[in-house]
Amino acid sequence: MNHQRREVLKAGGGLGLFGLLAAAGLITPGEARAEWNKAAFDAKNIEDTLKALGAGAPASAAEVQLTAPDIAENGAVVPVGVISTLAGVEAIAILVEKNPNPLAASFTLPAGTEPGVQTRVKMGQTSDVYALVRAGGKFFMAKKEIKVTLGGCGG
Amino acid sequence: MHARLHAVVAAAAFGLAGAALAEGSTMDEIARYREMLAEGNPAELLEAKGEELWKKPRGPNKVSLEQCDLGLGPGALDGAYARLPRYFADTRKVMDAESRVVHCMVTLQGFREEDVTRNWYSKPGQESDIEALVTYIGGRSNGAKIDVPARHPEEARMAKIGEYIFYRRSGPQDFSCAICHGQEGKRIRLQELGKLTTQAGAGAAMGNWPSYRVSQGAVWTMQRRLIDCMRQARWPEPKYLADSIVALEVFLQKTASGTVMQTPGIKR
Amino acid sequence: MADPMKIRASAKDGITEVKVLMSHEMETGQRKDSSGNLVPAHFITEVSAEHNGRQVLAAQFGTAVSKNPYLAFKFKGGAKGDKLSVSWVDSKGDKRTDEVQIA
Repeated sequence: MNHQRREVLKAGGGLGLFGLLAAAGLITPGEARAEWNKAAFDAKNIEDTLKALGAGAPASAAEVQLTAPDIAENGAVVPVGVISTLAGVEAIAILVEKNPNPLAASFTLPAGTEPGVQTRVKMGQTSDVYALVRAGGKFFMAKKEIKVTLGGCGG
Repeated sequence: MHARLHAVVAAAAFGLAGAALAEGSTMDEIARYREMLAEGNPAELLEAKGEELWKKPRGPNKVSLEQCDLGLGPGALDGAYARLPRYFADTRKVMDAESRVVHCMVTLQGFREEDVTRNWYSKPGQESDIEALVTYIGGRSNGAKIDVPARHPEEARMAKIGEYIFYRRSGPQDFSCAICHGQEGKRIRLQELGKLTTQAGAGAAMGNWPSYRVSQGAVWTMQRRLIDCMRQARWPEPKYLADSIVALEVFLQKTASGTVMQTPGIKR
Repeated sequence: MADPMKIRASAKDGITEVKVLMSHEMETGQRKDSSGNLVPAHFITEVSAEHNGRQVLAAQFGTAVSKNPYLAFKFKGGAKGDKLSVSWVDSKGDKRTDEVQIA
């Protein structure tokens, strides 16, 4: 085992994408954002996740909408979209309450990017899904239960 | 808790109308789920890979598959999948898209058949060239009408054999394809089962393959779908490219003829 | 070497819509292989999208993002022919960048 090489790789990995991009001059250092938020992704419940994201106890807001089907035919692929009509949306996160680690993904939206994202997440079981939005430094949220069904034979 | 249980039992006893209503909205939500997935089908990643594999010189002979004849002449891909299986004079066999691709990889590129078919489907961490190629070839029939009249005597014979297999009860459960797929309105859990003996039913079943199965995280080809049906019916699993599978495909494609392909599909 | 992404970017009425499909297993670290051993986690951790070199979206993923991740978003500006690139890096340090012209 080439120990030195491993260390170098590890160091490279630790730099993160934005570090690498910044190093390559692809983005300016100002744009190079926070490291991958290990504390938030490793958190095991909603409360700890919100804490790690610096969100505290966000208020539910009608200006945050979570678009997803009520029922997912397969928990491995659940389409989830978040949109917001709040002004100055800076960040969005998607949390699945009953997953081993609730935080699925977080997004940083520079000025000029529309306040909405769509992606697909895995769900171990039927659960509340949270859309968390940071706008003007404050956190807001919406939640919705998505049911995960058991499989048949699949067309 | 007890009271709630009673309520559930009461609801169940009272009304089929209520149950049907709930089922309707469940089906609506599942339809919505499928619609949301249709945008951005991961099968497109495999389609792109298949195109690259099709065009790249490969194998001992270092040639591409661009001269492969899928029934419409060497290299003619548009609509070819929708007209398969068909009789090929050069092999004197009725072949489907998969057997023909394997044939081309062997005869044109010089691969050995056992090497080509070893990974005929993918597993996590193990990709399948055939899956990618068939996804690409299928995609080139997107929007085409399925057209398998089975007029050639060999094709007609295979359609007959396929029909026989479809209705034949067999295996430890005395099961046939027709038990699940010969009636309207059947389902397993929440997945509807198509009635494959009608044009519309067969069309809905055949026209979406190859299809990305979200439960598998992989594209399934028609061969894999049918071989797995056999497994689920507790029949002995046929070998990849077996005549029995091609025969079933001829029967189903013939029934589906006239319906329009929408592939690659996305399924549970 | 990671497989290419599929990126669609189209501009309409001053808004560019971006849809990305990434080719990645997104192993959770909780799945067992056929011999019963845990398959180590291996997943995309960070994604960045740039329009003409300016960042328009940054994302951090955990293991709960589905296999072959899909991402869609919109930003103001962008014209036909502009460059739109997407980069990702995963938990093993593998990375991939693909670029398209806005349609």
